[in-house]
Amino acid sequence: MNNELLRTLATVVAVSAPLVYAGIGETLTEKAGVINLSLDGSILLSAMGAFATAYLTGSLFWGFVVAALIGAAVAALIAFASISLRQDQVAVGFVLTLLCADLSSFLGNPFVHKPGPAIPNMPIPILKDLPIVGPILFSQDLVVYGSFLLILLSWLWTFKTQPGLRLQGIGERPEAAFARGTNVNRLRFFYTVLGGALVGIAGAAYSLDIKLGWSHNHTAGNGWIALAIVIFGGWHPLRVAFGAYLFGGLKALGSVMQRVAPGVPTQIFQAAPFALMIVALLLVSGNVLDRLLAYLPRRTRQRVTSLVRSSPPAALGKPFVEE
Amino acid sequence: MKLPRQLADIGLTLGSVLLAILVTTLILIAVGAPPGEAYRNLLAGALESPVKLADVMTAWVPLSLASAGLLITFAAGLWNIGIEGQIVMGAVAATWAVRLFDLPSLLYIPVVLLAGMAGGLAWAVLAGVLKTHGNVHEIFGGLGLNFIAAAFTNYLIFGPWRPASRATMSGTAPFPSTVWLPNLGGLRVSPLALLAALIGMIAVYVALRGTSWGLKLKAVGKNSRASQLIGIDTTRQMLTSFAICGALAGLGGAIQTIGVYHRLIPQISGGYGYLAILVVLLAGMRTVWVPPIAFFFAAVGVGSPRLELRMQLDSSLGGVLQGTIVLFVLLAYGLRVRLAERKSER
Amino acid sequence: MQIELRNIHKHFGPVRANDGISLRVQSGTIHGLLGENGAGKSTLMKILSGYLSLDSGQILVKGRPVSIQSPAQGIRHGIGMLHQDPLDFPAMRVLDNFLLGRGSRLRQHRARAKTELLQLADRFGFPMDPEEMLSTLSIGERQQLEILRLISLGAETLILDEPTTGISTPQKVQLFATLHRLAAEGRSVIFVSHKLEDAEELCHRVTVLRHGRVSGEIEAPFQSAQLVRLMFGQDLPPSERATIPTGQPVLQLDHVTLPGPRFSIPNISMTIRAGEVIGLAGIEGSGQRLFLHACVGLVRPSSGQILLDGQDMVGQSYHHLLKSGMAFLPANRLEEGLVEGLTLAEHCILTDRENMPFFVRWSEAREKARQKISEYNIQGTPDSPIESLSGGNQQRALLSLLPSHLRLLALEHPTRGLDVESARWVWDMLQQRRRQGTAIVFTSADLDEIRERSERIYVFSGGNLSGPVDATETSTTELGMMIGGKAYEIA
Repeated sequence: MNNELLRTLATVVAVSAPLVYAGIGETLTEKAGVINLSLDGSILLSAMGAFATAYLTGSLFWGFVVAALIGAAVAALIAFASISLRQDQVAVGFVLTLLCADLSSFLGNPFVHKPGPAIPNMPIPILKDLPIVGPILFSQDLVVYGSFLLILLSWLWTFKTQPGLRLQGIGERPEAAFARGTNVNRLRFFYTVLGGALVGIAGAAYSLDIKLGWSHNHTAGNGWIALAIVIFGGWHPLRVAFGAYLFGGLKALGSVMQRVAPGVPTQIFQAAPFALMIVALLLVSGNVLDRLLAYLPRRTRQRVTSLVRSSPPAALGKPFVEE
Repeated sequence: MKLPRQLADIGLTLGSVLLAILVTTLILIAVGAPPGEAYRNLLAGALESPVKLADVMTAWVPLSLASAGLLITFAAGLWNIGIEGQIVMGAVAATWAVRLFDLPSLLYIPVVLLAGMAGGLAWAVLAGVLKTHGNVHEIFGGLGLNFIAAAFTNYLIFGPWRPASRATMSGTAPFPSTVWLPNLGGLRVSPLALLAALIGMIAVYVALRGTSWGLKLKAVGKNSRASQLIGIDTTRQMLTSFAICGALAGLGGAIQTIGVYHRLIPQISGGYGYLAILVVLLAGMRTVWVPPIAFFFAAVGVGSPRLELRMQLDSSLGGVLQGTIVLFVLLAYGLRVRLAERKSER
Repeated sequence: MQIELRNIHKHFGPVRANDGISLRVQSGTIHGLLGENGAGKSTLMKILSGYLSLDSGQILVKGRPVSIQSPAQGIRHGIGMLHQDPLDFPAMRVLDNFLLGRGSRLRQHRARAKTELLQLADRFGFPMDPEEMLSTLSIGERQQLEILRLISLGAETLILDEPTTGISTPQKVQLFATLHRLAAEGRSVIFVSHKLEDAEELCHRVTVLRHGRVSGEIEAPFQSAQLVRLMFGQDLPPSERATIPTGQPVLQLDHVTLPGPRFSIPNISMTIRAGEVIGLAGIEGSGQRLFLHACVGLVRPSSGQILLDGQDMVGQSYHHLLKSGMAFLPANRLEEGLVEGLTLAEHCILTDRENMPFFVRWSEAREKARQKISEYNIQGTPDSPIESLSGGNQQRALLSLLPSHLRLLALEHPTRGLDVESARWVWDMLQQRRRQGTAIVFTSADLDEIRERSERIYVFSGGNLSGPVDATETSTTELGMMIGGKAYEIA
């Protein structure tokens, strides 16, 4: 394998890290039955907050803490509106998307294009010398390692622990979870805020690591992509992470294409992620796939279907009221 | 019975606005800017002269047209976030018509406006079909189409439609003046555009209040299962509502090109679509509230650049104020409903 | 475990669901709780297991008064409830369902739980694959899993709500064996049912509820006739019925099989004539709704023909059939029948399909609404939001909105929740329709209504259709037996 390919793959892993944070954060929130639609705005605001904090204090750590707090605060607003007030989650989420974006522009104005601190690279001794995986996975920085850990932990948490079962339960059938002694609304609040904190970290991962610095609408669009990845990933942490990497990979492929085929208009590459998003959603939720799969033999079809097809948590977006 | 409730509604809204202003004031204090001066600049920037007022009305036109369209889709229970792209594609289609034809003004302008409506309509129906036939939620379908429309505009401006001199961010070459919407005494606002927005608002008002089509739409939005059992073709209702919303948004986009900029520029919509969603949410989907709220939002939008000129504050403060108001109003209404419920439980 | 309920009261608004019920269940017994729909069985059991709070009364467990505020507390007192529609998670695995809610610690102890589940399943002879998705299991298997789960959580009193609805016969045999065994182990079982046969076969003692009160308590062996009387009341002498001549066949079902979510109803053949009234009896969820949906084209049969005036209409859209003179009135009026938030006048416009000008003529619509208000005696104005009308007036509104000429009218519980006056009025309206040649098919939970109002009666029982029975020659007792699955003993 040549060096350039390895380097490209390493870049893919790195640039996908924020999407992994945001995608898994939103997955946890939606698994609990709540939609946090504000991602595009909360990522912007927390990216700004992280950069401003790190710029003013010189501390990357506090930058990440502030970002997580911002994400959690926005999510708490959504949780309050949707769980306590039973308001339309989409309406509140959308308003917060715009509000947070404007707030990031306003508050972030003094920090535009300022040079700021960056997360240092931190190759892991021994592991970095492994062939292939060494340069791709283990010559990164703490944020990227954190994303690996998050994938693993969120998967373990959701599927291998008792609280994880409850998490699935409150999103699938809150009344049954309640019957088994779960405080549905309190848990939903918790996971909304936790997911929001991870979304905030995604913002910090942009401004302090992957897309260094701050400018107006620095990360715009990525929140919507993350939301779509959650649907594409079928609300499963591993598949959501796969979606994030697939997306990062296609983006990298795009920039390679841009170099090798300079004749292609650059706007194609601007639009491609979103065209891709629509096609992906069409595949997983429309009946296009069913028609394609109809050509497969029955047994294979069932297996493929169960792999690519998945339903949202049955109670997603529905408030729960105890009898 | 009815009057106190309306009064309570108005009181709630005013309270939320005051709370929002309080929050914005705190934000201003936090960044060390004098709030009084900021609000003065905001107001003056929007209303100090007829020129400014005309600019506000210029912004009011696309905002009202988009809001009018959204009243239709919201009535059907749809979240047409794709409206931003529908404005853009209206502008693109209008520009295409401008380039394609060369007619006397009397014919040229209507043709271009119609082309704009068709462009917005097509883009909206695309989002609609993705929903009704592809099961892609209109939020994601619409949003994706917004970004695609923006990229497509950039491609045209920097590609096939670039000015003969050189391609720049300032857009295509200016249109021939025969297609410009006539202005009013040197002001930027065009009476024709105002008229179009007014007609659009009234048409929507009439459609929702006075036609069987609008009634069916409301039924679908309130309860699509019962509507279907009553005998309404719910899919067709949804698609036509997308189409009408798109046409109105496209008209707004066309007016931006031939009435305001006289060319196609990148970000021709500049967020009017998203802003219109806030307008309609704040109006609580009530048609009569839309024009004044749209005016207020347009004024805030026109006034806020002065913050940048005079106080080195970012103009997005206007957006912060708008967003905070809508957020608080939504929360206040939720709170009121919950409190009323709790009262009746007791 | 001994359970005692003392003088339980529970109101839902003006409805007295439980009106002073007292009940004692001895340990080591299977106690039957019988009654019609709405007799108050489920409410009582939800109170006992912690899903509902009681208004007044007392619960005693092993002679000691307890307060049960939530299902989790119920389980802590050893009371577990198995719901008719099992409260479980179809999208998750069997083992996950077994594990969910066991303690609140972090670890799942999957291996240990798997062993426990398999051992328990083995003990009761339930085939159980812990890694299977629950959604692939039948209702009966999901019940079995819930029973095992509740037992492993230490339930000493097991409440089963209509457990034999929607399970197969071998599963039922196995369920009964299991329940006998649980009782023999010293646990108590409360068996909630409407099926006489099941209660007679299984229970040591039966309490019958009627209209929220205890109407009787009997020890085994039981007499069917006595149970039926306690459940449905005394047979009333048949009231006078209008004689309306029946005409040509309107709707013919020819070897129709209907696909349902739980079971399919095979091989229905039936002819419905103009002016005729067909009553569909049976406990809710036995297939009546499916049948009505099929009649008007909302459900497509998996085989067979449905002929409207001799023309096969299978595959025709519901909207097309509406135009051909069919109509369907659903039971949940505000969810399916009317659009909440719209006024009566607006409903008039929406339902008048032949005369729907693009521009609404409001004064005309109001006038039309006013006409309907006086003609159908609706308490309300043309501009009242439809949800502000009372249940009876909503039903009047629904009837008033039907087109003037109908070939067939399918009604789901036409008088549910109505006072006597409104109910009689509804039937007067329907008689008028009949005289115009409209055929009527309706479901009802009230056997007296079915007996009095229909000419022929079909009975749905767990996915089977029996009948027709001549309404003038049958009795409430006989129908009750048929619903309870004892049709063949009588015939």
